[in-house]
Amino acid sequence: MSDRGRYQPLSYFQLMEVSLRELLVEKGVLTEQAIEEEVAAMRARTPERGARVVARAWTDPEYKKRLLRNGTAACEELGLEIPALRLVVVENTPEVHNVIVCTLCSCYPRVLLGIPPDWYKSRAYRSRMVREPRAVLAEFGLTLPEKTAIRVHDSTADMRYLVLPMRPAGTEDWDEARLASIVSRDSMIGVAVPSPG
Amino acid sequence: MAELNRPQPEPQFATRYPAVPPAFVPGDRVRVRKAAPLGHIRTPFYIRGCAGEIERYCGSFPNPEELAQMRDGLPAQPLYRVRFRQQDVWPDYQGPALDTVDVEIYQHWLEKA
Repeated sequence: MSDRGRYQPLSYFQLMEVSLRELLVEKGVLTEQAIEEEVAAMRARTPERGARVVARAWTDPEYKKRLLRNGTAACEELGLEIPALRLVVVENTPEVHNVIVCTLCSCYPRVLLGIPPDWYKSRAYRSRMVREPRAVLAEFGLTLPEKTAIRVHDSTADMRYLVLPMRPAGTEDWDEARLASIVSRDSMIGVAVPSPG
Repeated sequence: MAELNRPQPEPQFATRYPAVPPAFVPGDRVRVRKAAPLGHIRTPFYIRGCAGEIERYCGSFPNPEELAQMRDGLPAQPLYRVRFRQQDVWPDYQGPALDTVDVEIYQHWLEKA
């Protein structure tokens, strides 16, 4: 048989992950089951968690004030566990559009948005979003007027960020669940805006 | 310290670490030190030497440069969000003057501008 099927040798980091995992299990620091549970929990976190927060802020002005003052406490109010996360929520307005990047690595509010998309971790996004944000946003299909300030947030230290997008027109009679359904991951990073369509 | 009687800024997130007292309040003009020490540094290169304005005092956190050396990072350093005009950061910036970038910077990287 010369056909090796889909066999691919492990990459450097895959090999390191397997070696470290097996060592931790062999030494009794972790169990296979604990690791599987944690991976499953990580996969279960999706941007729907962040969308719930946004929809509540759109429908409850007092909640929105608390969210902007202390994002962590406001998420806990909704029963979202976000251990050790200091959440700064930045609000889009007609005057200001916010967008998040981590130029140093790939800091991301995983507990609210799940696993980050590959582009968020790419060198191109991380270097260009601070250098030419309008060009990068245009590539995402978002062109903003010159009179709207672009406010880039570089997530360099202990804070994590969530963009509170503007509630689109035409959604005045929508309930919270329906509103949450149009809040995309990208709109909470700031590279898109929600639309009722 | 020149201005001992200044009110201490309220942190957005209070922490319990023994900490260096905050030296800046929102609105203060600051400049990021232009230094290039070795090690794990969380002050991006592109912002070193730039001047901006304190946007908020986030709270005080263990110094990550010390944590990376397996030390406790104490006393904790005040952490700020500093707002920079993009046109001050990149002299050839293509967008309008209102565009800004906010960066989290620890106090020991900041000096009065």
